[in-house]
Amino acid sequence: MSNSVLFDAPGPRTIRRHRLYGALGALLVLGVLAFVLHRFYDAGTFEGDKWEVFVTPDYVRVILVDGLLNTLKMAGAAIVGACVLGALLGVGKLSDHRLVRWPSWLVVEFFRAVPVLLLMVFTWFVLGINKEGSSFWAVVIALTLYNGSVLAEVLRAGVNAVPKGQREAAYAIGMRKTQVMNIVLLPQAVKIMLPAIISQCIVALKDTALGQYVLAPGLTRIYKQIFLEFDNRVPTMIVIASLYILVNLLLTALATWLQHKLVGERKPLEVSMITRPAADGTATGPL
Amino acid sequence: MKAVFDEFDAYLQAFGYTLALFLVSGVLSLLLGTVLVAMRVGPVAVLRSAAGVYVTVVRNTPLVIVFAFFSFAGPTLSIQFNWFKVSIGDYDFTSLFCYAVLSLTLYTSTFVCEALRAGINAVPLGQAEAARAIGLPFGGVMRQVVLPLAFRAALPPLASVQIALIKNTSVAAVFGIAEATANMRSLLNDFGATQRFGIFACFALGYIVIVEVFSFLSYRLERRWRVAT
Amino acid sequence: MRHTRIKAAIAVLGLSLSLAACGDAGSDDDGGADVEVKENAADEFDDGTYMKELAEAGKITVGVKYDQPGLGFKGATDDIPSGFDVEIAKLLVADLGIDPADTDATTWEETISDNREPFLEQGKVDLVLASYSITDERRQVVGQTGPYFTTGQQVLVKSDSDVESIADLKGEEVCSVTGSTSIDRINEEGAKGVGFDSYSECVQKVLDGTVSAMSTDGSILAGFAAQNEGQLKVIGDEFSEENIGVGYSLEHPEMCEWINGVLEESFENGSWEKAFEDTLGPSGVETPDPPTLDECPAA
Repeated sequence: MSNSVLFDAPGPRTIRRHRLYGALGALLVLGVLAFVLHRFYDAGTFEGDKWEVFVTPDYVRVILVDGLLNTLKMAGAAIVGACVLGALLGVGKLSDHRLVRWPSWLVVEFFRAVPVLLLMVFTWFVLGINKEGSSFWAVVIALTLYNGSVLAEVLRAGVNAVPKGQREAAYAIGMRKTQVMNIVLLPQAVKIMLPAIISQCIVALKDTALGQYVLAPGLTRIYKQIFLEFDNRVPTMIVIASLYILVNLLLTALATWLQHKLVGERKPLEVSMITRPAADGTATGPL
Repeated sequence: MKAVFDEFDAYLQAFGYTLALFLVSGVLSLLLGTVLVAMRVGPVAVLRSAAGVYVTVVRNTPLVIVFAFFSFAGPTLSIQFNWFKVSIGDYDFTSLFCYAVLSLTLYTSTFVCEALRAGINAVPLGQAEAARAIGLPFGGVMRQVVLPLAFRAALPPLASVQIALIKNTSVAAVFGIAEATANMRSLLNDFGATQRFGIFACFALGYIVIVEVFSFLSYRLERRWRVAT
Repeated sequence: MRHTRIKAAIAVLGLSLSLAACGDAGSDDDGGADVEVKENAADEFDDGTYMKELAEAGKITVGVKYDQPGLGFKGATDDIPSGFDVEIAKLLVADLGIDPADTDATTWEETISDNREPFLEQGKVDLVLASYSITDERRQVVGQTGPYFTTGQQVLVKSDSDVESIADLKGEEVCSVTGSTSIDRINEEGAKGVGFDSYSECVQKVLDGTVSAMSTDGSILAGFAAQNEGQLKVIGDEFSEENIGVGYSLEHPEMCEWINGVLEESFENGSWEKAFEDTLGPSGVETPDPPTLDECPAA
């Protein structure tokens, strides 16, 4: 439903009123912005020496290589792992054998209900907090388990979203169960799923920031190092947040493009976090 | 496991803070999310784009950074809760708690907004048209017709958003709140490898119970409220 | 044609970027104070001692903190960390004839509060100088000697606060670092410890009034109070005594005498004092008298 359905085409008086609202709204927004900028200015947030570090070549390199690259590595490894795990668990959940279906269901439900941060802390201690790279892998493993479980749900929903006739036709020409799945259902499901998978990449990327709690490398580590050295917490925060937002917006654009290209105008596939079998499986975006 | 039972009061209190964070931010995020969605679909262009920018920025920022922003830049912006100190039984709610609620609310409300927007899109065209036909202005169309329907249609995604919020309360551990995840970390630190899995199981179970109870309730509500189609 | 144009565009973009990137933040001297490296050090140690082994190999690994300005801190672009712990470590390393400024010879390893003992036990590091308090429990599993520094837990509050000691803070929130012994002691004293990632976060929280006080070693607090003169003050008696020492592995008990020897020498020839003034001095901490060293356990 487009916006215009919610309100009538405004008449001259309404237009005037809307203009007034618009002006007031703009004034409010500008007022808040001005207040924020003014306060930051007073606090010295915009002084040059608090920002100089972000144009110093050595530090730019550190932010991009030690920071962004490590964050992307963690997110990338987690997504690859999550796709593999999600495929296994998703197919397991669709299985006809109860002995496969139930454990898959249990694993998926468990890891979807437990906070990623709790998983991360636990994995970190299990790997050994004194081991080299343990915090890196704690982040990767925790994100893999969580996102893998979500992707398992996505896969199930994706396969179920393939029109029923496809499955019936495949059986009718004498295909076996595995063939139906591998040749007919999965290739179509993957197309439907791709945008959802990319949304999950955004989730994984954002959650790498939780690695701060287990001393993981990446952008949040660099954030701490820089503000401890230069006492510029807010500027550093703004720079680090911008990097996250930039990468996320690129991923969102990719997801939208894929959605148009592969799925067309159909509703994006979304998966409910509610445990009960929701009737039509409409639900949420990335969280 | 024994470590948890020895200090079972501390375990319960930790989950008490988790629940308190969830309940307060849950309600507030629903309210703020509704206001945001009204701005986003409303006729005033300035508010529409302001809400749009806000949602895009906050949604794509890691929650840890949202927390850090309000905890450390907040006081500069006069966002102070030093006057706030409420004690209920053994629970102390102080300004650290307020910062956590503020961050969780502002973050979650953007997801509430998006869920509601999807819900509004799912309301059949005829409903809004009929509402306009009987002369309701935008406020009336939204309040009396579209939003009630949208809330129902958006109930499953809204429940998902709130479940994510339950889990996101764990981030408050990084910012000085002694909730469940912080409690688990200090127990893991104090006790050796033999107790590790037991401790983790206890805390995971706590979260699972909260999540499952909430999803059961929302499932019941959804069935009762389901719009006849 | 089209390709060359794109290349030209990229070249221009690159040029403008490199022109824009003209900032010059960060300290120029990343080496800290220069330390004289002893020559032919290996000859001075008896055969079979670990010192001789290290001196002959010309390589050593030292565990220090990376996140505590003034004591042990490593900036994002620094090759080697800096701070008082690090300066003392350099003296020890140099005594073995190893160049502490050469990262091929001296490896600096970040240790956090939770992992110092395991690092020493596994031999991952040869020495630990990481604000490492000497305690009886720790001496069961690792060797500790010194102290090269003594301090005690105190309380930092806003200048206009009427809190006079930790006793006035019963039931109040007091900030410290997650997982530190300071936070346990805050709870023992009846206050409510709240944990953050690092001390600088606590300072911020005291300054903006979110918590009424923070508490940890007096030396650290004095530094923060000096940085925020007129806004913060250190109050009360020290309600604990921390002896900051050097950690080594129990497998090499002979290291104790050697460490004490180097420390004693640094107390006498002024290098200890200089290290203190270079690192903690600028933040306003007065240079104390060197502490008295513990006797090494009879080997």
